[in-house]
Amino acid sequence: MLEVTSLKKVYRSGEREVEALRDLTFTVDNGDLVCLVGPSGCGKTTLLRCIAGLLEPTAGTVRLDGHPVSGPPPGLAMVFQEYGRSLFPWMSVRDNVELPLKQKKLPRERRTALVEETLDAVGLAGTEKAYPWQLSGGMQQRVAIARAVAYEPSTLLMDEPFAAVDAQTRADLEDLVRALWQRLRVTVLFITHDIDEAVYLGRRVVMLSSSPTVVQDEITIDLPAERDQLHTRADPRFTELRTHVYEQIQAAKRGRPSTEAAV
Amino acid sequence: MRRAAYVLGLPVVLLAAWFVLSAGSENFYAPPLRQILESFGETWTLDRLGADVVPSLLRLLAGYALAAVLGVAAGVVIGLNRRVRATVEPVLEFFRAIPPPVLVPVIMLFAGIGDGMKVIVIVFGCVWPVLLNTVEGVRAVDGVQLDTARAYGIGGPARLTRVILPAASPQIAAGLRQALSIAIILMVISEMFAASNGLGFTIVQFQRSFAIPEMWSGIILLGLLGFVLSLLFRLVEGRALRWYHGLREAQRRS
Amino acid sequence: MWRSCSHDPGLSVKQRTGLLGLAGPAGLLVLVEALPRLGLVNDAYLPPASRIAAALGDELGTAQFWQAVGDTLLGWAIGLTIAVTAGVVVGIVIGAVPVLREATASTIEFLRPIPSVALIPLAVLLYGTDLGSTLLLVVYAAFWQVLVQVLYGVADVDPIADETARSFRFGPWARVRHVLWPTALPYVFTGVRLAASVALVLAVTAELVIGAPGLGRSIAVAQSSGAVPLMYALIAVTGLLGVAINLAARVFERRSLAWHQSVRGEVPA
Repeated sequence: MLEVTSLKKVYRSGEREVEALRDLTFTVDNGDLVCLVGPSGCGKTTLLRCIAGLLEPTAGTVRLDGHPVSGPPPGLAMVFQEYGRSLFPWMSVRDNVELPLKQKKLPRERRTALVEETLDAVGLAGTEKAYPWQLSGGMQQRVAIARAVAYEPSTLLMDEPFAAVDAQTRADLEDLVRALWQRLRVTVLFITHDIDEAVYLGRRVVMLSSSPTVVQDEITIDLPAERDQLHTRADPRFTELRTHVYEQIQAAKRGRPSTEAAV
Repeated sequence: MRRAAYVLGLPVVLLAAWFVLSAGSENFYAPPLRQILESFGETWTLDRLGADVVPSLLRLLAGYALAAVLGVAAGVVIGLNRRVRATVEPVLEFFRAIPPPVLVPVIMLFAGIGDGMKVIVIVFGCVWPVLLNTVEGVRAVDGVQLDTARAYGIGGPARLTRVILPAASPQIAAGLRQALSIAIILMVISEMFAASNGLGFTIVQFQRSFAIPEMWSGIILLGLLGFVLSLLFRLVEGRALRWYHGLREAQRRS
Repeated sequence: MWRSCSHDPGLSVKQRTGLLGLAGPAGLLVLVEALPRLGLVNDAYLPPASRIAAALGDELGTAQFWQAVGDTLLGWAIGLTIAVTAGVVVGIVIGAVPVLREATASTIEFLRPIPSVALIPLAVLLYGTDLGSTLLLVVYAAFWQVLVQVLYGVADVDPIADETARSFRFGPWARVRHVLWPTALPYVFTGVRLAASVALVLAVTAELVIGAPGLGRSIAVAQSSGAVPLMYALIAVTGLLGVAINLAARVFERRSLAWHQSVRGEVPA
């Protein structure tokens, strides 16, 4: 279980202080798929970096399976938005996926099996020897997902992973994430600014206010577990949920004074 | 065919022009090219190459290799530590700005006039561009790449050898390329100052004894050497940084 | 961790970096003072910093020294001017005509890596110890720096911009004036900056090796007469001159290109 409690982050540069996160509390149950949505510039990436142990929060705690996070935790893998920079351009696809496994000191046979299995699972069998930059953007992000999955994490963090790919690739990748989540039973925390994507993917959606950020609202997405781009998005319930999330985000943008008063 | 014409066309024309125009030259300092070429064959015999060119090249390689290792090692240490960098950077800029050949008299004080002196001169002149470029390359490693390494538990030696050094390698290569031309210059100059063999020594000897065609042949040999070494460097660099050139190409197309 | 980062209210990050930057040279001076005084280095080879400073102080009062500085800077300035003019003109002409660009590529690739010091014997024969010797080396070395950058700049011309100009029936001269030159200009400045450093190195080298008048010859004289502190002082002066030329070239580059939409990165030559 991932527990975020009263998380606060203030950036300082010289005399200036910027409060990015004010007071965030939410939990993600094991095996759940939770989407975080918020208006742009609401500190989503700051939050994710705190959860991943890449950034020290100013106050509050992050706990993963009961242990406080104070550095990148071993059972956690991250997929970055900037796939072009997060994959190492000097390594082949295979080496990119394999390097973290080497660091975990897995035996060679296990590594080879994991690399093959995960590349196959993301639909990239046969590209092991290519360099990442020889692939399209969507394929590069698939490599990044394969790397995260091969790491065998209990929790997968995804930071707006599809923000930079075209719409059709994006739909395919969304379905890939759903499929992997159902098959591997990992916990997924997926950050996005796209409301449709959040409702389509998530089992729960947590809405964030604009910066300084607090939790605006949360809802459970009671759509059937089997989803597909055509029918799910045409479902009247999908539209209702989407409208609800949209309204909350709009309220978050407008309602900045009221949330400040509430704290 | 067309390409070959473009590559060879101008050099052939220039050489032919030199050959024809100098053919009847009475000028003592600019002898006919035919005479220079003849003396090239006579002067640079295998014995001569072994006695003069090989020692020069060995000094060059020893100094260059040492400078590369020292420069990269120190550059990594300095580049990874912000305080160290802020402290030593002005000093490094100063050392880089000193014209390398003036180091020859200083190093002669310490190391005499043997091979050691020449190697140290080359190390001292070449290390700065390697060092400063490594510092720059290490400092500019992409934050997302570093975050990725941390998030996936890539630490310790692997972080250095698999992430930081490869990321900085294009910049390091730029430093090594600058260092190569400095190394050739220092090889020649240190031999002009004090030596009993070597290319620089021999060419100056020809000049002092007014053996003009031989001197010209030496200049041509030095030119060829510079050209071949830079060609070798480009070949090695093209191989080692194949990923980088491919990446640049891919970015340019998109 | 982060809480302990709170720092003195009076010092910004920039000021602290500046202080560290002063600490470096100060440390170097202390080191050069201490090494010979503690006997770790023979002080006949490396005199203490204070003696070097004293020698520099004496030297600053002599007309000879300023004459040498003037000679070096004169060779540098004339050589650089010739090299920049020639490099820009040749670069634009070659760059603007595709056939010329292809035909000269191999020749340039061959001539560029020829070490300038190979020309030293020739310079001695042609000009002896005159300024001409210095100029030959300076011009040869600096010319390639400028030419190569100009060629990079011309190659960087956006084909769309060039086609736009052609579709509006711009003549060749107008295309050079309005498309090629503005694109190449930042590269020209980079080339001038690189050439300025190289020109100083070659000017001092020529003086040192050939004996043309200037700081390089003063260093050689100091060395052969055993005036070791003076030799170090003069070497430090060449280093400081180099730093000053570098800084000045950077400032000049930034000022001149302030209007340009992007002050471009350097192309590794």
